[in-house]
Amino acid sequence: MTTRDMTFVALFAALTAACAVFPPFQPPFVPAPIVVQNIGVMLAGSILGARRGSLAMALFVVLVAVGMPLLTGWRGGFGVILGPTGGFILSWVPAAFVVGWLVERGWSRLGFWNLLVFNVIGGISVVYLIGIPWLAAVANMELGKAVKVSTIFIPGDLAKAAIASFAALIVKRSYPLIRA
Amino acid sequence: MLSLYVPGDSIVHRLPAGPKLLALFAASTALFAVSGIPIHAAELLAVAGLFRAARLPWRDTLHQLRPALIFLVPIFLFHAFVTDWRLGIETVLRILVLLLLAVLVTLTTKLSDMIDVLERALRPLRHVGVNPSKAGMMLSMVIRFIPLMTREAREILEAQRARGLDRSALALLVPLLIKTLKMAGDLSDAIEARGYDPETVAPVWRRWG
Repeated sequence: MTTRDMTFVALFAALTAACAVFPPFQPPFVPAPIVVQNIGVMLAGSILGARRGSLAMALFVVLVAVGMPLLTGWRGGFGVILGPTGGFILSWVPAAFVVGWLVERGWSRLGFWNLLVFNVIGGISVVYLIGIPWLAAVANMELGKAVKVSTIFIPGDLAKAAIASFAALIVKRSYPLIRA
Repeated sequence: MLSLYVPGDSIVHRLPAGPKLLALFAASTALFAVSGIPIHAAELLAVAGLFRAARLPWRDTLHQLRPALIFLVPIFLFHAFVTDWRLGIETVLRILVLLLLAVLVTLTTKLSDMIDVLERALRPLRHVGVNPSKAGMMLSMVIRFIPLMTREAREILEAQRARGLDRSALALLVPLLIKTLKMAGDLSDAIEARGYDPETVAPVWRRWG
C-alpha cells in the first residue's frame, strides 16, 4: 500500500466523520437514530473499492471504539460499540468491503442502476444482517420485533443509497480510482 | 473538540491505557454472562465508586451519557409493556454499567496513549500482512484530517447556500468528494517530502529519534 493509498483511506475515514455535522433524526420508541453518516460506508466502498474502502471504515470504527466522539450527536466510546446499535456500526467494515467487491467486479459496465443494487446489497442488507440480531441480543428483544423496529429506516437508507450511487458515478467519470 | 480526555492525576488516570482497555473488554464480556437485578445493581455501585476515585466533573460525565440515556427509556418501556418490567430493569442496568465503564476509560485516557496501545495490539497481526506502524500512521492521519474535512464540508455548505442549493445532497457531496480526491495527491506528496517511507517497519523519525 502506497502513501497515496493510505491518504485516500484516511481521508475517507475523516469524510465519514465529517458527515456527523448533519443532525440525526430520532424517531420515538426506536433505539437507533437515523443518521446521514452511513452514506460514508457506501461512498468508501463504491469509490475506493473493497480493500481500501473497508480499511477506511475499520479506522473509523477503531477511533469510535477508543472514545473519539465521531458519531452523529458526538457519540463515541466502547459503550456505543457494545450498546444496542453497536452492530450497525461494526457492520460498516464488511458492508464497505461487499460494496467495493461488487463495484470492482462490475467496474467496466458501471451505471446508476447497478451501482444502486450494489449499494443496497452491501450498504443496506449487510448492515441489517449484522445490526438487527445484535440489537435483539443486547436489548433482549425478540428478533421479529427488532426487524420490525428497523424497517422504518429502510426508506431513508434507500434514499442514501441513491445519492451515494449518483455521487460515485460522477466521481468515477472525473476521478476513477479503482482501475485507473 | 476531538479528544474527550479530562486531565487529572487520580489513580484511574495514572493506570496505563493498555490494562484499562483490557479491563473494559473483560468487564463488557462478563456483564453479559451474569444476570439478576441485585448483581447489576452492585456493579453499578462499584462503577460509581470508580467515578468517585477518578474525581471527574459531573458535567462531562453527564454530557457523554445523555444521548445514551435517551434510548434507555424506550428500552425499559418496551420491556415493561411487552415482556416483563424486571427484565427491563435488568437490561437497562446492564447497559448503564457498560456505558459508565466506557465513559470512565474514555475520559481518563489520552488519545495518543490509546493509539499506542492499538499499534502494539496490532503487532501480532504482522504475520498476516497487517503493518502496525502503517495502521498507527493512518490512525494519526485520520485524526489530523477530521478538522480539515469538517472545515471543507462547512465551506461547501456556505457556498451552496449562497446558490440556494444547500438542500441538495448531491450539490454538497460531489464537490466535497472531488476536493477530497484532489487533496489526497498533495497530502501524500507532502507526507513523503517529510521523509515518510511506507515500506520501512517504523517511520524514519522514530528509528533515528
